[in-house]
Amino acid sequence: MADSSGTDSYPSSWKKAPFIKNSFVRWLLIVGGAIYLAAALGTMNIDIERVKEGLPRAQRFLDSFFPPNFADNRGVLWEGIAESIWMAIISTVAGIALSIPVGLGAARNLAPAWVYLFCRGIIAASRTFPEIILAIFAVKLFGFGPFAGFVALALGTIGFYAKLLAEDIENSSASQAEAVKATGANWFQWVNYSIQPQVMPRMIGLSVYRLDINFRESAVVGIVGGGGIGATLNTSFSRYEFDTAAAILIIIILIVMAMEYTSSFMRKWVQ
Amino acid sequence: MLQLSELTKRYNTGELALKGVSLEIPKGQVLALIGPSGAGKSTLIRCINRLVQPTSGSVVLKELELTKLSSSALRRARRRMGMIFQEYALVERLTVMENVLSGRLGYVGFWRSYFRKFPSADIQEAYRLLDRVGLKHMADKRADELSGGQRQRVGICRALIQNPDLLLVDEPTASLDPKTSRQIMRLIQELCSERGLTAIINIHDVFLAQMFSQRVVGLELGSVVYDGKPEGLTPEVLTRIYGEEDWSATIKSTDEDDDEEEDF
Repeated sequence: MADSSGTDSYPSSWKKAPFIKNSFVRWLLIVGGAIYLAAALGTMNIDIERVKEGLPRAQRFLDSFFPPNFADNRGVLWEGIAESIWMAIISTVAGIALSIPVGLGAARNLAPAWVYLFCRGIIAASRTFPEIILAIFAVKLFGFGPFAGFVALALGTIGFYAKLLAEDIENSSASQAEAVKATGANWFQWVNYSIQPQVMPRMIGLSVYRLDINFRESAVVGIVGGGGIGATLNTSFSRYEFDTAAAILIIIILIVMAMEYTSSFMRKWVQ
Repeated sequence: MLQLSELTKRYNTGELALKGVSLEIPKGQVLALIGPSGAGKSTLIRCINRLVQPTSGSVVLKELELTKLSSSALRRARRRMGMIFQEYALVERLTVMENVLSGRLGYVGFWRSYFRKFPSADIQEAYRLLDRVGLKHMADKRADELSGGQRQRVGICRALIQNPDLLLVDEPTASLDPKTSRQIMRLIQELCSERGLTAIINIHDVFLAQMFSQRVVGLELGSVVYDGKPEGLTPEVLTRIYGEEDWSATIKSTDEDDDEEEDF
């Protein structure tokens, strides 16, 4: 360039500034992270011999699954499925009904500080215990059977649904909320007119998703005595009826796939 | 009709947004509040209907002191103050009709509003207002299907169905194109004169402020630096409000006539 009187004073190379500015801290995190991962892998005692021994066992195990046997225990099998679906639906409905007040209370823009902390506490407690632990408690309290499974799944739903509801409320548009408040609406009207329309589509999608989770979890809570298809699955394993177990697993997979399809369809539809 | 005295607002961050603002606004006056961003315009109008709680000072609307009201008395008082928002603030997933009727929430009970069973007088009034702003055929559309100018008209209906004594208008033309801006401002001005409404309009655009108001108040850093007729906005005054700039092109020429058609 001929006319470059001013340009040579500008730098000709540019690099994006690193995410962590301090280069010492940056390298410490990279090297430290790598060392930690290597050490953690070391403590796993990965033993190739044991893997080699296990592979043929896995082969035998899988072989005994085939062909899946839908016929021999047909009655128990469908009963288990029906019970699981029933448990999933009831626990989702009850769990969501309990989640709504908790979720409203756990949204910082809706509730005063003490309500907020209380509701966040409920959510944290529910999230701390996985469904299987809740199911063990519920079986101890209410005895074996689907009622225990229902209680466990409903309580598990609170931690999931109330948390996501609260977060969605906190992310909702403040100006829409302000506009409805300015009309002189009371608190319930305000929530019904400005918050609910904003969070509803996502919440409908999430409730179908939670139904899907609760159905899958019903197979787990059944193993510890919570009824449903899990109980059937557990029985078939303990009787070494792996072909029936395979049939149950296939049915679970198909139902979960169907629900996944439904939930994505529902999400699009409610937008 | 509206008296603000020594109204002060200090936010929790320590920022002093309003420094003892006193204003007296007679019935039927349309007042434009101008000033740079951060001057406290939004805070000022929100202190009136207490979307923002003022730190000190008083707001008296028709003999009623608003700053100390209990929450239920405040809700009753808010019914008398319609508010029109920047970027419309319609509830986007609700229909136009629901947005308009939400202006009646202060007058109906929860279950009635929950089932959308508003009194027939309210529904008639909603249709009448929508017709007045040319949107009657849009009543069942969802608010997010409307254009910017249409949304702001719905926002105006929502404020007016409250049957307010006072309109608080916050940057009604931000994000609207110049033509729509004028139409919206003219509509607000006409509705105010039809109904004898008092209005405070926050507005960035000095030209629009001059064109559509009877009185201009200039706010700078939380204090009133100008209060007078729109014609009094000289380059010196604008410099006092906004700072040094060439103002010659901004100020309204003596009698500019503007007779565009309203098209909906």
